[in-house]
Amino acid sequence: MTSALPALPAGSAHATRTLMFWCPDWPITAALREHALPAETPLALVDRGEVFACSPAARQDGVKRGLRIREAQARSTNLVPLPYDPSLDERTFEPVTTAVETIMPGVQVVRPGLCAVRAKGPSRYYGSESEAARVVFRTLAAMGLTDVRIGIADGPFAAEQAAKATDQLDDDVEQLLVIPAGRSAWFLGSYPLEILEQPKLTVLLKRLGIRSLGDFAALRASDVRNRFGIEGALAHRQASGLDHRSVVARTPPPHLDTVADFEPPLARIDQLAFAFRSRAGEFVDTLREAGLVCTALHVSLHTESGEASERRWQHPRWFDADDVVDRVRWQLQGTNASDHGLTSGITRVQVVPEIVENLSDHADGLWGTGPDEGIHHGLARVQSMLGHGAVLTAIVAGGRLLADRRVFVPWGDAPAGQQQAAAVPLKDRNQPWPGRLPGPAPATVHAEPVPAVVVDSRGNTVDVDARGLLSADPAFFSTGPDGGRHAVHSWAGPWPINERWWDRKGRVLDRFQLVDQSGSAWLLLLEDHAWWVEAGYD
Amino acid sequence: MQAVTLDSRRLPTVPALARILPGGGLQSGGSYAVRNSTSLAMALLAGPSATGAWCSVIGLPDFSVEAAQGFGINLERLILVPDPGSQWLTVTAALVDVVSIVLTRAPEHLAPTEWARLKARLRQRGAALITLGSWKQSDSTLGVAESAWEGLGSGTGHLRSRRMKITATQPSGRLRHAYVGLADLQGTPTGGSAPSAAYTPGAPGAPDSGTHTLFEPQLVRSS
Repeated sequence: MTSALPALPAGSAHATRTLMFWCPDWPITAALREHALPAETPLALVDRGEVFACSPAARQDGVKRGLRIREAQARSTNLVPLPYDPSLDERTFEPVTTAVETIMPGVQVVRPGLCAVRAKGPSRYYGSESEAARVVFRTLAAMGLTDVRIGIADGPFAAEQAAKATDQLDDDVEQLLVIPAGRSAWFLGSYPLEILEQPKLTVLLKRLGIRSLGDFAALRASDVRNRFGIEGALAHRQASGLDHRSVVARTPPPHLDTVADFEPPLARIDQLAFAFRSRAGEFVDTLREAGLVCTALHVSLHTESGEASERRWQHPRWFDADDVVDRVRWQLQGTNASDHGLTSGITRVQVVPEIVENLSDHADGLWGTGPDEGIHHGLARVQSMLGHGAVLTAIVAGGRLLADRRVFVPWGDAPAGQQQAAAVPLKDRNQPWPGRLPGPAPATVHAEPVPAVVVDSRGNTVDVDARGLLSADPAFFSTGPDGGRHAVHSWAGPWPINERWWDRKGRVLDRFQLVDQSGSAWLLLLEDHAWWVEAGYD
Repeated sequence: MQAVTLDSRRLPTVPALARILPGGGLQSGGSYAVRNSTSLAMALLAGPSATGAWCSVIGLPDFSVEAAQGFGINLERLILVPDPGSQWLTVTAALVDVVSIVLTRAPEHLAPTEWARLKARLRQRGAALITLGSWKQSDSTLGVAESAWEGLGSGTGHLRSRRMKITATQPSGRLRHAYVGLADLQGTPTGGSAPSAAYTPGAPGAPDSGTHTLFEPQLVRSS
């Protein structure tokens, strides 16, 4: 009968001695740090309309997990609700893990805020388990984390419970609880069954009159296994302080970013590009060895006088070494000298990959990846000749004036078809936009407004008064500095546009369409008694 | 013409323009000048763009992308280089390598050797070059000879539709013309009756230069 049951995992005889450190309310700590809020802010993290976590200040007001956001706001009127972002927790916990990894190897992140370390090595190195725990306290305190709890026991389960049991300790002693080896079963004995987090098993055991882990551990292991199967047997082992789980240390991720320091500082761009080229090659090679490619990176340049220029660069495919050097160069060149605002030599260049993707997702096909690869190489060549902003793709956005309706995106800044990455939030072209131009769109839209003159049959300039009435019908017009005088064949207007009258930057103007005798059509603007050519239907 | 050999490939062209272009459409490796109309140049770009070709516009900061979209040009495959500065030739040559059709402002001056090299590159890559502004070295010159807008009165209405007489001149002096509406160029045919009529000057009885009125293409066909 027993032989029919699946085998239990090996290594059950000895539980791994585990040091578990716990930063309570890590999501709150992460959010406070990210948004630079003071620690006493009543803060609640909201996940799907319910409070996911709340700060101690909010808890004092009666906010607790699972409360609806409106109810929580009623209880704590100063409550700051923020959306819960799991990735933020992981991102902000990463430096903590890295810091602990520098003092003791083999850290397992159970979840952001809770980490397990094998206690054997550190305790021997630092002299004792409590000494090792004190080193962790000191390291984390240096990072500004003061509320840290540590439990040391046999196995991760008992160690976690020990870390949580530090709540019972006084506030002025260090929050450390060491359960001596072999005493974990005794420590866990008084805990209720609920901490096993196995609801079905808990209900069943309670009906059998078993109410604590101690009672459960007192049962014979073979009986538990026969009655409750493998899950029950594992839970029984946890309750007996013989945790089947061990600490699985993570492999620290490779350092993908690259830094180059220059001494003496470099003042010329070509010098910098040359000096950085080999480093850029190493950067790309490191990524490739890790099986990754970088599709977005962050370049920061530091100068001798302490200025810094930071920018994020995207790539339509992925960066190779030349592309990285080009981005550094463009960031330095900008469109003019004031763009990067650096006045002294460059001492430090840092390139941090922001988005890395699996190399296999970007691998070339057997017969190449088609024409788009060639397109990209050709355009990258033109960009390296003329600068990043010289090669553009265009998007039609919303707006009344034609110049507002076209938005240029430098090639590579936003992948084709993805409009969110544009520098300016795009206006939706599907909105009604009253006052926009009816009929076919003109083929020439002047990037710079071209001055024009419109006169009536007596030679007086045509104008529109405050009530929007025309002074006289237009009879002749000329466009541009050397444009000849055209007789008006037909015309329409004025079409008033009153954009954002509440805003000083808003514009009040009138639009006219004019067709001359030869059949060419023009779109003219009258703004502040001056005529401009907006567009030509050529 | 050497450019229009039998084995030269043809790029997709808007039907209204295909009948007046030599060889029945845009030839890959060909060069075309458009005298006075950005709309006409857009119509030439629209054919290849609709079939997924990449297009490029060099040195035209006033190019209206909204109108281009109206002509059916795919903006995701349209590359704009508004200001190539002094490197016009290098940029144009680099883009001829990768895109199917290049629209650019006619260069101020281009040495015959440079033009020959660009031309060779065009033929090798199978791309077509369209220049805005007259340029003698091109295979064919297109232009709007006459134009009339409908929809506008004196102070009323708005521009709705346009009818144009489009001429195509070859360096040999052969001239063809067609009457088209703006909607024909945008690839939305207006209905059953053929809106355009093309003829060659060599056809018997056909008047040579267009002194006739613009809205009577039937008159031209019957004669």
